[in-house]
Amino acid sequence: MDGHGIIKGLMVSCKRFIDTYLDDIRWFGRRYRTPEGIAHRMSKDTAGLFTVQYPEEKLPVPEEFRFIPFLVYEEDAEGNKIHRCTSCGICSKVCPPQCIWIVRTLDPKTGRPVPEPAEFYIDIDVCMNCGFCAEFCPFDAIKMDHDYEIAVYDRLTVNIYDKAKLSKPLSYYAMIRPSNYQKEEMAKAEKETLKAARKASGNS
Amino acid sequence: MTQQLTTITETLVERFPGAVLKDERPGYEGYLVSAENLPEIAQFLRDQMGYDYLSSVTGVDYLPEGKMETVYHFFRSTGGSALELKVSLPRENPVVPSLVSIFPGAELQERETYDLLGIIFDGHPDLRRILLWDGFDGHPLRKDWQEPYYEEEAKPFKSRWPEGRAIRVEEKNIFKKNVKYPAGFDPETFTPEGDTSLFASLDKLKRHDEESGMKSDHIIINFGPQHTSTHGVFRMAAAVEGETIIGLKPAMGYLHRNHEKIAERNTYLMNMPYTDRLDYLSPLSNNFGYAIAVEKLMGIQPAERAEYLRVIMAEFTRISNHLFLIGSLLNDLGAYFTPMLYALEERELILDVFEAVTGSRMMCNYFRFGGVARDLPEGQLQKIKDLAFDRLPRKIDEMDRFLTESEIIRARGVGVGVLTPEEAIAYSTCGPVLRASGVPYDVRRADPYSIYERFDFDVAVRYHGDVYDRFLLRFDEIRQSIRIIQQAVRDMPEGPVQSGKPQYQAKVPAGEAYGRVEGPKGELGYYVVSNGKPNPWRYHVRAPSFINLTALEKLCVGNKVADVFAILGSIDIVLGETDR
Repeated sequence: MDGHGIIKGLMVSCKRFIDTYLDDIRWFGRRYRTPEGIAHRMSKDTAGLFTVQYPEEKLPVPEEFRFIPFLVYEEDAEGNKIHRCTSCGICSKVCPPQCIWIVRTLDPKTGRPVPEPAEFYIDIDVCMNCGFCAEFCPFDAIKMDHDYEIAVYDRLTVNIYDKAKLSKPLSYYAMIRPSNYQKEEMAKAEKETLKAARKASGNS
Repeated sequence: MTQQLTTITETLVERFPGAVLKDERPGYEGYLVSAENLPEIAQFLRDQMGYDYLSSVTGVDYLPEGKMETVYHFFRSTGGSALELKVSLPRENPVVPSLVSIFPGAELQERETYDLLGIIFDGHPDLRRILLWDGFDGHPLRKDWQEPYYEEEAKPFKSRWPEGRAIRVEEKNIFKKNVKYPAGFDPETFTPEGDTSLFASLDKLKRHDEESGMKSDHIIINFGPQHTSTHGVFRMAAAVEGETIIGLKPAMGYLHRNHEKIAERNTYLMNMPYTDRLDYLSPLSNNFGYAIAVEKLMGIQPAERAEYLRVIMAEFTRISNHLFLIGSLLNDLGAYFTPMLYALEERELILDVFEAVTGSRMMCNYFRFGGVARDLPEGQLQKIKDLAFDRLPRKIDEMDRFLTESEIIRARGVGVGVLTPEEAIAYSTCGPVLRASGVPYDVRRADPYSIYERFDFDVAVRYHGDVYDRFLLRFDEIRQSIRIIQQAVRDMPEGPVQSGKPQYQAKVPAGEAYGRVEGPKGELGYYVVSNGKPNPWRYHVRAPSFINLTALEKLCVGNKVADVFAILGSIDIVLGETDR
């Protein structure tokens, strides 16, 4: 108990203190508010100041990051939105807090359900961002978003998202999750060729 | 193994003729014993058979059969698999002898079983509600108990699909009634007895003045529920004499949400994200235990690559949890925030990996039955290698230099809150608390699960059982975890990360399973009973931070008031798990 341990500890924090300035000098001007500066602060070699000053600086969001789900739609030649969703209900069945409501469209003539949902609600107060809906959707129609800045003043009026608010274009999905998108498109193309080949062999 | 169990059966049946029956139901294990013979059998198991560690006490309500059962899991502190005892009880007035006199570790667990299932433990020294408030109506884990806003027996609810309509829970609440009162209950005139009974439990202490003949009163100090050092909403009532603690009772349940009842409404897969929220500092270990329990029931093996990914992730979780503990323990001791922030830096880098791989920093939801949700995204393997081979070993050494020899920590930690190995086992403590007391019991070695037998690592153990040793043990464990990750990264094969097709509706045959893992806080067990339906019939979490609190009074008595928080910090509790 001679204070040796405390001095040793103080040396460590002193070294950290000096490191802050050394790293600032080494990265002169580029350490803060630049993407490579933030990447440096997230790397294994970072020393010195570690904090990212939100909201002036933001951590990059990794591709797998998941937040509130959205519905993917494609646009046809006339610019009509065509939802991939077929209202099969798997997402609402697998949802752990049961925050997805789907109203099916009924064909006015036959009274039978048609694929596209009439209404689609997600109560984002209840959503736990688990990502099951996106994971188990057989049509790649519901995906997890990256936009985490959704704070509102009054949750009671705006936090049940309806179909219009949930819908986002396919291009947005391709932008936020490029490698997942590519993987899915490739799998789809492969399936198509396989189907075509089977059809061809069946015909011959 | 089978032979060993056969001999146990023979010994038990021979020793207690007629009182021990093998559980013959398909998918079930263990023995059915009669209530009156239970203490005798438990004593025999402890003294003669070496089953000295009562890991889990819980109950199941078999409503269709019209009975309840208490379930006990015994282990040997030298290692090996479980010995399970069950006592069948009538649903009306279920009474079973308490095991607290033989296994003090049963105290809080029996209180919990009483609270949630209404099973009365005869001979329990302090049988009160523990998680729910004292005016609560009924016992929620009974199958015929229904909550306010009760919708359906099990998810998925029909109102979502196909008859979808968006209704907020608050909208149903037009009369602002979100609680159910028992008949004849008036909230205006009700005076809760919680405090009185809490303090009364302390009054049972033997007082000094009875010996000396002097009339004196001891003071009861109340810590919490809102207190900076309890790491959440946790309360303790301590009886003190001068500065010295002579008795202490924990009071908890402020964060109770009846995780187990929610889970029994959920399908098997739906529970996975809920387990993240138990011990929110180590979500992936929680996933691990639950996945193992359900895989045991389903009889499937996870994919090879997934096993390695699971181990890597679970060990990273352990590191990040221990780092957080080291930081917050130092905070409790008064080293205001510098060690905490140094520790959080490394934890942050680990969370970056979690975020990139699992999609979330804390609520990971990564494990699936038969594997994991997805493979490592591009570039993450390199990040893991950087952390495991370079950054973490370097930084842990720095942390070590920074803290371990500091006289302040030694003065506050050495010799404070001592738990002997015998007490540690008797009180069913687990994880670092048990190992710091000199019991080398680590589930990864004692009852290996997943692929831990393939790795070369040591069970960290320290021998003094005080706060300082529990602190040092965390460093040892981090170093061992880094070793495991290094080996796992080196040996990880290529291949699929899920055996079988991803399913959203797991088909689980009827039966029971107890899956346990060595979580960062200790033995994390999941007891799951299936009746073949899509939802578990019973789901019980053996929460290490809850059960470690059983020993809190033992640890604190004789120490000073200021030491209570050092001791509590060194146990490492997370209230999300304690209160469930």
